[in-house]
Amino acid sequence: MPTYEPILLKNMQQPGYGGSLADYERTGGYQALRKVVGKVSPSDVTAVVMKSGLRGRGGAGFPTGVKWGFLPKDYQGPRYLCCNADESEPGTFKDRQLIERDPHQLIEGIVIACYAIGAASSYIYIRGEFVLGAKILEQAIAEARATGYVGKNILGSNVTIDVWVHRGAGAYICGEETALLESLEGKRGLPRVKPPFPATHGLYNKPTVVNNVETLANLPHIMTRGAEWFASIGSPPKSTGTRVFCVSGHVARPGNYDVPMGITFRELIYDQAGGMRSDKKLKAFIPGGASAPFLTPDHLDVKLDFESVAQAGSMLGSGGVTVMEEGTDMVWAALRLMEFFYHESCGKCSPCREGSSWLVQVMRRIVNKRGQMSDLETLTDLCKNIAGRTVCAFGDAEVAPIMSTLKHWRHEYVTLIHAAETANLIRPEAVGRH
Amino acid sequence: MLKETHQAEIDDILSRYPVKRSALLPLLYLAQRAQGYVTEPAMQEIAGILKLTPPQVYETATFYTMLNLKPVGKFHIQVCKSLMCALVGSDTLIAWIDTKLGIRPGATTADKLFTLSAVECLAACGTAPMMQINDDYYERLTEDKLDRILADLRQTGASSLKTGPFMWPEPSGAKS
Repeated sequence: MPTYEPILLKNMQQPGYGGSLADYERTGGYQALRKVVGKVSPSDVTAVVMKSGLRGRGGAGFPTGVKWGFLPKDYQGPRYLCCNADESEPGTFKDRQLIERDPHQLIEGIVIACYAIGAASSYIYIRGEFVLGAKILEQAIAEARATGYVGKNILGSNVTIDVWVHRGAGAYICGEETALLESLEGKRGLPRVKPPFPATHGLYNKPTVVNNVETLANLPHIMTRGAEWFASIGSPPKSTGTRVFCVSGHVARPGNYDVPMGITFRELIYDQAGGMRSDKKLKAFIPGGASAPFLTPDHLDVKLDFESVAQAGSMLGSGGVTVMEEGTDMVWAALRLMEFFYHESCGKCSPCREGSSWLVQVMRRIVNKRGQMSDLETLTDLCKNIAGRTVCAFGDAEVAPIMSTLKHWRHEYVTLIHAAETANLIRPEAVGRH
Repeated sequence: MLKETHQAEIDDILSRYPVKRSALLPLLYLAQRAQGYVTEPAMQEIAGILKLTPPQVYETATFYTMLNLKPVGKFHIQVCKSLMCALVGSDTLIAWIDTKLGIRPGATTADKLFTLSAVECLAACGTAPMMQINDDYYERLTEDKLDRILADLRQTGASSLKTGPFMWPEPSGAKS
């Protein structure tokens, strides 16, 4: 099997690497910051990031340099950077590892990003359950502050950049960037109507950039090794660099794999993650977190880059690949994810709030063998009336499991409904209808 | 009163934000840590500190699942029940806990020691099934491991089986 040079997980895979400042500096850490702060102009840093082709690792895949470029150039007041460490997309567990094992890599990335966009303060919005991660980050920031990498007058350059850790408190929606900002402002995490975008009206209504942990952790490497180097990795020109893919489910070796974008699902699942855990064959997989539609064994040769996965009818999303073996009940699987979305719907938009409740009820009815054929139409109808009709992308996400399982495994729904009909022959509404 | 017991910490939290209301979640956490759950007097006090109305504090507090507005057991067991964990046995884990402690999700043992919650994804899908007890993660759980964790908690209040700093798969010696 081919081996690839990891970028983000490289340090932590060295024996004895503990993630301390000394460890990080020994592997060349903070050299990028030394090279950049006060020496390269912020707009040149943005230009390098743009040229590298780095795209957001949180889920949407928006080009990072372009996002930075949306900030108003002539604005004199404060600007903010928020690091999205709310990792809560089911199937995704890479940020936790990046934070707990190599916190300085992230902090260096944050300081570089702040420098590029002219932000003097940044907040790491970390999901509340990551208590250890928050503690590790606090310690690492204190170390970096004491050494002059964070805080006032960084490395004698007169540049001030501060980094704070802010813990969330258990709400999936706060991973949506405007909900994150609301939450950081001490409010309920309800997504904002866009436009205006955070680039102009973000945290405290000031120009703000929100970047994912993995996105920011790439920056020191891009600044040290250059945009051309980064752009040559992966599936250029549109999907450059490596991704930390999180493999979970019925595989032999689940976990995080730092591999170039553009390798196939087959290679990730069978070579990297060791294939299936038993003799049972692969039945289905989710390519990019719970919000991404399910794919089938026919899609194993699809490349893991933004465009290829989109073309296959799903999305690369957060890079969380969940594998399901033969024998997995797909209606049950879709219900499980639907229950997640029902629980996490923030309640702002009625199609999502009411629709998720209806979807769960109809799905439960089908799984409990009390469904009827018209339920399938109800499901489709509900899904169509939720997707695209909400303030944020949650609406599109929540219908993905049901729509995609209905598409690929409709017969499983039908079998359950037939079982219901057989069992309920004398039920009045079931008689004479089908 | 939080102000009397935690003044320095409150000042430190407030110093991090240009707008006071941002300190709301950190202060609610502080209140929860001090008293085991977020009490109404604590919410009123926090409203005073941040110059908010009590409903503004309450509306935020009720949005977030990690803030307990009612007392929970000394050990709050949260088992992830989302699909990724369910594929590899989180329902079995919940059943084991029911057998051992006699509690279903949402319930607390009579001795007020354990509360069980079934929660949504905790971002540890590669090491499922898993649970969080208070601040700590416990991953790749088996029935034997669960027994040892519960025994440890009863005896010493802590268990060495907690996991993290997280890395999975663990690096093999051969990797460069």
